[in-house]
Amino acid sequence: MNQSTVPNMICPMPVAPTDTITLSHGEGGRVMRRLIRDRIGAKFGDGNVQLHSDAACLGNLVGEVAMTTDSYVVSPLFFPGGDIGSLAVHGTVNDLAMAGARPLFLTLALILEEGLSVETLDSIIDSIASAARQCDVKIVAGDTKVVPKGAADQIFINTTGIGVHQHTRRMSACQIQPNDCLIVSGPLARHGLAVLAARESIALSPPPRSDSAPLHRVATELLQTLGDDLRTMRDATRGGVAAVLHEWAEESEHAMWVDESTLPLLPESRGVCELLGLDPLFVANEGTFVVAVAPDRVDDALTVLRSHAAVGEPSVIGQARRRKLSPVLVARGLGADQPLDEPIAAMLPRIC
Amino acid sequence: MKYLDEFRDIQAARSLIQRIRQAATRPWVLMDVCGGQTHSLVRSGIEQELIGSVELIHGPGCPVCVTSTQLIDFAVALSLRPQTIVASFGDMIRVPGAGGSLMQARSRGGDLQMVYSPVDAIEFAKTHPDHEVVFFAVGFETTAPATALAVIQAVELNLSNFTIVPAHVRVLPAMEAIMAMPDNRVEGFLAAGHVCSITGFDVYEPFVSKHQVPVVVTGFEPMDLLEGILRSLTLLETSQAVVENCYGRGVQRNGNVSAQSLIDRVYEIDDRDWRGFGTISGGGYRLRSPFVRFDACEKFADVFPREQATETTCRGADVMSGRIKPKQCPAFGTTCTPESPLGAPMVSSEGACAAYHRFDPVSIETP
Repeated sequence: MNQSTVPNMICPMPVAPTDTITLSHGEGGRVMRRLIRDRIGAKFGDGNVQLHSDAACLGNLVGEVAMTTDSYVVSPLFFPGGDIGSLAVHGTVNDLAMAGARPLFLTLALILEEGLSVETLDSIIDSIASAARQCDVKIVAGDTKVVPKGAADQIFINTTGIGVHQHTRRMSACQIQPNDCLIVSGPLARHGLAVLAARESIALSPPPRSDSAPLHRVATELLQTLGDDLRTMRDATRGGVAAVLHEWAEESEHAMWVDESTLPLLPESRGVCELLGLDPLFVANEGTFVVAVAPDRVDDALTVLRSHAAVGEPSVIGQARRRKLSPVLVARGLGADQPLDEPIAAMLPRIC
Repeated sequence: MKYLDEFRDIQAARSLIQRIRQAATRPWVLMDVCGGQTHSLVRSGIEQELIGSVELIHGPGCPVCVTSTQLIDFAVALSLRPQTIVASFGDMIRVPGAGGSLMQARSRGGDLQMVYSPVDAIEFAKTHPDHEVVFFAVGFETTAPATALAVIQAVELNLSNFTIVPAHVRVLPAMEAIMAMPDNRVEGFLAAGHVCSITGFDVYEPFVSKHQVPVVVTGFEPMDLLEGILRSLTLLETSQAVVENCYGRGVQRNGNVSAQSLIDRVYEIDDRDWRGFGTISGGGYRLRSPFVRFDACEKFADVFPREQATETTCRGADVMSGRIKPKQCPAFGTTCTPESPLGAPMVSSEGACAAYHRFDPVSIETP
């Protein structure tokens, strides 16, 4: 067909509004530009996403710079206590906070599956914007890709965080000494069980709620109050507290000993773990973290933790010991110390 | 937690341990039949506390562990078949067959769905009419009624895209097989409470009369197990071979009659290959003829593996029959671990070797 036979057909073609993401939202044209400008960038306010620049300018940062990155692929996207958007902000902010850095900036990379509803995307972007405000971080750069249906699970998010260290001290499990006390900031296993119950449609009353929350303020106060007596801290995400303890044992070359009877658990969490045969030490958390402190500063650490209501009720769960055989031990049942496995993979519910 | 904490009371448990020590005039050999009991005994440290009074040996009672490699390989092959979804309980999907596990098959493109009930698999079949949905029907008498219910639902819904891999096993024939072993050492059994909640405990009367060993039905919490052990010892010390129920809150003499009738309606007793044991007479179920169209082994006979893989280095059968303790197997913790199990008792968290690997007490230097 000769172009001259269709004189009224001009490029670009009119774009019909759509209620789902299509491949054209990722192809670099007007549709993509409108999506980013109107549905994403507009939600973050002035001083956030620098839409017209290839690279964000962060200005002069005071202090040693820390950077971290993480990708979020949770299913379902929305669960009691949170969603993939707030999770993507809290998770990266917490990685900086646990390293002792003050979070300042985030990047936001979205991989959208063709067919994702725009309404869902709006909700997630709103949640990201709200969480970023809550954490005092600016979203300074981003990227959006659309992949064909089936190539992703609705939406994947990557956030990279940049912050500055506020103290000369660095968090390291190498600083843990025998007799140091291990504290968890609040009830265990809430995030993993909330996602599991939502994903598998396990009807529970009350349903487990995720503990997803930012930790930068409580981390800063712990660091300021305890100084060198705060040996290290870590959010107990995938692999749960067990994974943290194994990492610390390996880095410090000491044993991490935990008394099972002191593990804080909400009744609903305990119920689900009993029902499905899951060990709460292995189940993921999002806003719950483990702290190693000098033994004579435990009360100070507990006071700081208790002053942050969102953290929950902290509990001393064990101590570091000189290692003899096993890196991580749990006193269970009649009091025998038993080795705690390193998580192999996600726990699976048993059949009997 | 009500109905739970009272069965984990450490002071009460210590009191029972003391009574057990006083009751035993010599070390008695008891077998806990079920993997859940093994798990609880090792986890709570009871086994260590009773050394010298009771030797606990751990039976074959983990249905995941004893599922034959042939059936696992079949499920793997089905998951890789086009337009076919295999639905399975969670702890089955990591168990390796000769050609890997269902989880490994998923990474190669297999279609696998974890479910919590056979009835969930029916829902998949309803919502995926263009797919074959195959439920991997694993478990003792505890889960067999739910599978039977799913099959009956499939009939009522006239589903033509739903089948099961029939892998249900029966506990009593396995106990018979252990008693028939020439070097058997078992002097009494702790029967599995959850199985008895379906079957009742009357079914053990002929077994007890034949073998003159006491059978005590127990639950799974530390206090349940300790009470069962104390009762077993009392029976052994007084030479009474009877069946007793120490799990009154979960088990009735006649069991769950409705569940039994579901099983009887859908299944008939069949010989079954138990991983590590070989064929056990009457050790499992097969679908009765009106339901045989729901048997995946029949419907997909073209992908059923011809040969059963044999395990040469694993001494799992010796563990499950009480001949050796898990740590006496030369492969334990070296070439055989939960990440890379060689044999049946290491494959599921309910297996005796896995329980020892996970919970075996150790000593450390305290500060």
